[in-house]
Amino acid sequence: MAATTLTLAKGITSGLRAAMERDPKVVLMGEDIGKLGGVFRVTEGLQKDFGEDRVIDTPLAEAGILGTAIGMALRGYRPVVEIQFDGFVYPAFDHIVSQVAKLRARSLGYVSMPLVIRIPFGGGIGAVEHHSESNEAYFAHTAGLRVVACSNPHDAHWMIQQAIASDDPVVFYEPKRRYWDKGEVGDGPDGALGTARVLREGTDVSLFAYGPMVKTCLQAAEAAQEEGRSLEVVDLRSLSPLDGEAVLASVRKTGRAVVVHEASTFLGLGAEISAMVTEEAFHHLEAPVLRVGGYNVPYPPSRVEEEFLPDLDRVLDAVDRSLAY
Amino acid sequence: MSDSDVAPLETAYGVQHHVTRADAPERPAHEGGPEMVQLLTPEGERVPHAELDAIVDELSDEALRGLYRDLVLVRRFDAEATALQRQGELGLWASLLGQEAAQVGSGRAMRRQDYAFPTYREHGVAWCRGVDPVNLLGMFRGVNHGGWDPNEKNFHLYTIIIGAQTLHATGYAMGVQRDGDVGTGDEQRDTAVIAYFGDGATSQGDVSEALVFAGVNNSPVVFFCQNNQWAISEPNEKQSRAPLWHRARGFGFPGIRVDGNDVLAVYAVTKQALDAARTGQGPTFVEAFTYRMGAHTTSDDPTKYRVSAEVEVWKHRDPIERYKRWLLTTERADAGFFDAVEAEADELGTSVRERCLAMPDPDASSMFDHVYADPHPVTAREKAAFEAYHASFEEVR
Repeated sequence: MAATTLTLAKGITSGLRAAMERDPKVVLMGEDIGKLGGVFRVTEGLQKDFGEDRVIDTPLAEAGILGTAIGMALRGYRPVVEIQFDGFVYPAFDHIVSQVAKLRARSLGYVSMPLVIRIPFGGGIGAVEHHSESNEAYFAHTAGLRVVACSNPHDAHWMIQQAIASDDPVVFYEPKRRYWDKGEVGDGPDGALGTARVLREGTDVSLFAYGPMVKTCLQAAEAAQEEGRSLEVVDLRSLSPLDGEAVLASVRKTGRAVVVHEASTFLGLGAEISAMVTEEAFHHLEAPVLRVGGYNVPYPPSRVEEEFLPDLDRVLDAVDRSLAY
Repeated sequence: MSDSDVAPLETAYGVQHHVTRADAPERPAHEGGPEMVQLLTPEGERVPHAELDAIVDELSDEALRGLYRDLVLVRRFDAEATALQRQGELGLWASLLGQEAAQVGSGRAMRRQDYAFPTYREHGVAWCRGVDPVNLLGMFRGVNHGGWDPNEKNFHLYTIIIGAQTLHATGYAMGVQRDGDVGTGDEQRDTAVIAYFGDGATSQGDVSEALVFAGVNNSPVVFFCQNNQWAISEPNEKQSRAPLWHRARGFGFPGIRVDGNDVLAVYAVTKQALDAARTGQGPTFVEAFTYRMGAHTTSDDPTKYRVSAEVEVWKHRDPIERYKRWLLTTERADAGFFDAVEAEADELGTSVRERCLAMPDPDASSMFDHVYADPHPVTAREKAAFEAYHASFEEVR
């Protein structure tokens, strides 16, 4: 595919299209994904081109969608399931953590679960309850699942194809407030699924983020530069497995780390990263690993969500605190 | 027991059976109600049936004797496993005692290419599919969580989460449809899927969702509910106000209640349902009306929650005795045959025991294997650390 400019949403659409053209066993399943093209239009036009047998409008039942996707995978298909919103995945939670994650191990490797669970996640769009959550830690905590989050159109386009090609089940997070951001989609993936990517080199502090917070961190790094501070921004991209080498390499270089995510900091990905850095790179640290994230409360009403979500100022405040040590 | 409470509702609904039963005698609700399909009475007398007799008549005497052999061998395997649990060789066992006809009848109705999705009690179905019975013990002995290749005999791994497998079966059936393996008229190709679950599972949302998906997709799946009357300690009336086979109507496909202790009736009803599925007529809900004679698993004590009089009533409906009587009176089998089956059962028991005891514990580091298809650095690192930790003890010795 020649370099082209797409929104993040359309980057995924074109990635799905490429995967479906490549492999007739790839099927899409979800609510309203056919004629409507999904509530975020990510599957727009695909049912028209691939038919109702491959772009399957399902009944309104998340456990049913995941449960039948498991059966489809057992029959040799590669289902790509769309969960309409982050907060709607819980009825399907049992199938994801008890069945999808474990079937390979239970069968001693005889069966694979090559399915992808697409979840638009995160807040910042003024939505009602259950439409703005970041539940990645639940799934990253479950062995047998891979969990990834894209942050820009290029990665979105290539990572969805890598996720579909994987013989492991992948929970694929899409930053819904970045769906409409445009960017260039280049010729090939930058690294394998499971790897992080340094988006901005820096020397003073490492910022680790994924999904919607990557853009926030890039903006923070831009702002910090005006104050003469050099921030490195690492897009983790993969939450399970974490690209530990990339994280440690960055920390060894800067000596300082700030982890940024929308999910509550309590028992979030930041806690794991902080522990890992402390265990593996303690002597390189000039300051404790700091975390910037959501509070330990239910996602608040949208009129106050800006106070819940990490923003430029909160990231820069953490950078200040790190550099003050 | 629960059925007398259910009876007025059943009458009030006035639901017509999709199978006509002009020849069937009236039967009280606690025996399954007037709609229950039965081809063989508990006394071993053949009940004629306008539609289903043809299916039974297709079976050769050898095949009919084969069903008896299955019933006896499956019961013996189950008894051996129960004994192994009592002797501490299995951590747990879920006995099928009393449900042999429901499992053998339905299992033998399947074709090679059909696919079964069991719960954790379908030892008899596994037997019919040709799964090595010793494989079924691994999970209960604690050496694996399943461990057989489901695609070898088209028999999925046991599913412990109640009802989850009904959705897996439905999804598999949706795959069958997309493969074009329905309604071609090719006996070797047309495929049906069968989902096994119990009466308690019908309370689970997953089962209702499976019925929804199968209904709207007209998927080639048979929902085979073994109503063994008890979900651990809870009787039917704690699970459902309506008779279970009535569920199907609300989801847009036929439901049928069959005497689950009558191997001929189960065979015929299931075969009819599987044939309907594979020829493109969509799903059927089969309720096999049966009874779990033992505990839910070896961990519970049924004397705490049910009366012995009930058990005595069901003993009289034993699936093996009635079938044996019919084979004898119709001279389809003789004493020599029954003796040979008994001897074979003894051999099976001995071999199962020996092979169970010989089942090795897995190497502990194998817990890290098969978690992922592609290399996963966290799992790989932990495996290496685990092995290094244990190797450090070796050096000390």
